Amino acid sequence: MFESHLLSLITLAPAVAAIGLGLIPGRYERLVRWLAFGISLGIFFTSLLMWMVFDPSMGGMQMVEKADWIPQFGIEFHLGVDGISLLLVLLTTLLVPVVIAASWTSVRDKVKAFHICLLLLTTGMVGAFLALDVFLFYVFWEFILIPMYFIIGVWGGARRIYAAVKFFIFTMAGSVLMLVAILYTARVHFETTGIWSFDYFVWLETASQIPMGGVWSPQMLVFIAFALAFAIKVPMFPFHTWLPDAHVEAPTGGSIILAGVLLKLGTYGFLRFNRALFPEAWEKAVPVIMVLAVIGIVYGAFVALVQPDIKKLVAYSSVSHLGFVMLGLAAGTISSTQGAILQMVNHGLATGALFLLIGILYERRGTLLIADYGGIATVVPVLTGFFLLVTLASIGLPGLNGFVGEFLILAGSWPVAPAAVVGAGLGVVLGAVTMLWMVQRVFWNPLSHEENRGLRDMNFREVATVLPLVLFIVWIGVFPMTFLAPMEAAVRLLLE
Amino acid sequence: MPLEQFVPFIPEIFLAIASFVLLVGGIGLGRRGMRPLALGAVGSLVVTGILVWLFGRPAGEPEVILGGMLAIDTFAVFFKLLVLASAILTIMLATGFLERFRYGGGEFFALILTATLGMFVMASGVNLVSLYVGLELMALSSYVLVGYCKLEVKSNEGAVKYFVLGAMSSGILLYGISLVYGSLGTLDLMEIKTALVAAPQDNLVLMLGIVLMAFGMLFKVAAVPFHVWSPDAYEGAPTPVTAFISVAPKAAAFAMFLRIFAGAFSPEIDHWRSVIWLAAAMTMIFGNIAALSQDNVKRMLAYSSIAHAGYALMGVVAGTAYGTWSVLMYMLVYTFMNIGAFGLVVLLETRGYAGETVKDWAGLSKKAPAAAAGMLILLLALAGIPPTGGFMSKLYVFAAAINAGYIWLAVIGVLMSAVSLYYYFRIVVQMYLVEGEEAESGAELVRDRWAEGVVLVSVLVVMAIGVYPAPFVGWAQGGLNALGLM
Repeated sequence: MFESHLLSLITLAPAVAAIGLGLIPGRYERLVRWLAFGISLGIFFTSLLMWMVFDPSMGGMQMVEKADWIPQFGIEFHLGVDGISLLLVLLTTLLVPVVIAASWTSVRDKVKAFHICLLLLTTGMVGAFLALDVFLFYVFWEFILIPMYFIIGVWGGARRIYAAVKFFIFTMAGSVLMLVAILYTARVHFETTGIWSFDYFVWLETASQIPMGGVWSPQMLVFIAFALAFAIKVPMFPFHTWLPDAHVEAPTGGSIILAGVLLKLGTYGFLRFNRALFPEAWEKAVPVIMVLAVIGIVYGAFVALVQPDIKKLVAYSSVSHLGFVMLGLAAGTISSTQGAILQMVNHGLATGALFLLIGILYERRGTLLIADYGGIATVVPVLTGFFLLVTLASIGLPGLNGFVGEFLILAGSWPVAPAAVVGAGLGVVLGAVTMLWMVQRVFWNPLSHEENRGLRDMNFREVATVLPLVLFIVWIGVFPMTFLAPMEAAVRLLLE
Repeated sequence: MPLEQFVPFIPEIFLAIASFVLLVGGIGLGRRGMRPLALGAVGSLVVTGILVWLFGRPAGEPEVILGGMLAIDTFAVFFKLLVLASAILTIMLATGFLERFRYGGGEFFALILTATLGMFVMASGVNLVSLYVGLELMALSSYVLVGYCKLEVKSNEGAVKYFVLGAMSSGILLYGISLVYGSLGTLDLMEIKTALVAAPQDNLVLMLGIVLMAFGMLFKVAAVPFHVWSPDAYEGAPTPVTAFISVAPKAAAFAMFLRIFAGAFSPEIDHWRSVIWLAAAMTMIFGNIAALSQDNVKRMLAYSSIAHAGYALMGVVAGTAYGTWSVLMYMLVYTFMNIGAFGLVVLLETRGYAGETVKDWAGLSKKAPAAAAGMLILLLALAGIPPTGGFMSKLYVFAAAINAGYIWLAVIGVLMSAVSLYYYFRIVVQMYLVEGEEAESGAELVRDRWAEGVVLVSVLVVMAIGVYPAPFVGWAQGGLNALGLM
């Protein structure tokens, strides 16, 4: 009973908990924080249980649950997990308690509402990763926008309203066309079989029956509608302009979720829907995706290089890192795809940890400008140590997680597209320069600002918050097979 | 004519009597009698609902009564109950409002009841004459309701514009009816359909008649380019009346629209479809774009109502059974989300008549968290975001359009819903995101238990449809068992 409903438990428990949290009077802030933390931790342990139950030798969906939702339309509440979504769900449920702990002192206003938003967001994210009904996926996908809009807009920085509206309109504009594409595909299925279905497995057969031809053929247009929604979310060059604004204005917790999970929804969507449903159209689009990915890698790194603001710098480097993921997916070999999936997790861990540490700095000093820091390594040695470790992970130092992902992507893409790999290699170097130069200007160099002399180092809570992320960063770096093994069968199945 | 024929007509007879009683009672009781009169009005509407359920339902197959004037079918029952619900909610909104602005209630409630009676006939009429009579009864009652706050210039202005343009559109409709009658020799919808099926025609007089009737109907649902009356009428009308005329007459007009076009004129669909297609596209585009720049919330919601008529028209364009029930579903959700949103406007209306701007919503989440959360849900529904009913209803009209092959219309629809987010969220920004002095400057909420109840009911219905739409879809599909429909 318990195991057979594990997935809906992980998906729906946060939303139910959010409603429960709503009933507690807002003045019991500590109670709200502890409850939300306990719930999110419980959900994380439940998803660890899911990992234990999961059978890594099988490539197909496991623990599948199915219930009628809108029977007149063949829409079902249909969940399942394979090796790809397993890792992303684990990443999500890991980051949520981290975010709650990271916001312990930085979110002071409307504490209850913040945690309600966060738990609702968890339901949306986990649901989108686990949904096997395309319509259900769309519902979760759209639902995510609302709590995220509020997290940026209510608890964000000075230009938060602009950033929140921009985030909302950009993502919404991208995803409405996906709705048309979904309805169109459902119609094609209805016309050939006479029944309504949004079932992912059914669609694996149907989607390729949509007439295929040039760029304006129906299948290409449906493909583009899906791709546009995901490309904005990733974000791929040239749809990335909302990301720096959203990151800079979002509170620390919001940035962690945004970089850690939301962007992965885009790359996950590319793999799960564009790649798997429309292999023929995918083949045609690969050159375009590759070019955009490489432009994103190089452009993101270059723009990051000149940013005066730490958060903006990390945001642009995210554009660059997600370019790698897209390159790995576009190359489409087993190892490049595995690398891309691992890199999604890596980026979530490393960038999440970076935003966490930046948030700690911001809380103490109230500024994110690189020029306001310098030479603080001697003042805050523990923070410096963690920051350096995470930076090195992010730029791909061997022994840490980033290396494994980037290596697999580049090595896997080489036989398919050597030119793209050369371009991306340039991006690796540039990215490293960007990040290390930033670390140098913030933590080393002479201590030029007197007010930085009194900075407090990380306290126990902050160390405890970042430690689980660091643990996974090192684990993936040293022993990646733990994470590569469960996804291999699923990747093989998806690519063939 | 055997007397049994009048049995299904009992609800309408009761409604007519009740409206007279309220009218006379209102004279006797004056302004003191507001609450008893309102309770009487709500009570008689509830009784009417029960009577519809007891006598107005078809025993099996749809039947016609009163010499082929009215049909007794599930389609009519669906719209009758929907109209009753919006009338009840409107009276609950209006009671406190009229008290605050010091107007009497007797005539108001009586007019709501006569309008409801007109809409009953619009929902069940299967003859162009009975449909027209129902339409006029509804329209005349609405003109007076819009001008009900007789001391307010805006109310008078709205009423005059509504009346002049409404009368003109009725004239166009009537002219169209006469041309159709002239070329087919019948006013009965079933006979029109039979005649058109037997001998498909493209004679010019008939075409002109059909197109003129389409224009008349588009006027009534406030579709572009026949919408010019609606922003002024909606803004000028007392807010509860705005809530009422933005939903109930629209729902009834769509019922009539479907009976005539998806029913009687369905054999000629290729001739009229492009007209409706164009109107739907223009309505969605213009309604949403015009709403972007509105600072007055009532006016913004007026343009948003125009846009929503455009979405619903997509179901008419589809012209399939599928499209028809998607319109029913859309009207169901639209009724509740619009009345709920206007209900909150009523609650916030503390700064004089029709003066509410977007800025009045500033800081509402602090002052009245429950009201702000309610408005948030209603705005999400209006924008069509899951998991609200607004998303589900939009989904069905889009799906209907796509199934009928009108993919570009659906594309326009979804893009325009993305645009609509911007103006709906201007209110959300004011409620939740602004801080400091700006947040302090917002308006205060009125204490009005009845209006709060209306908002609560609307929010609950909208959420219920969003989370578990299956039974509601079932009802809407059940409404397809109608006389003369395809």
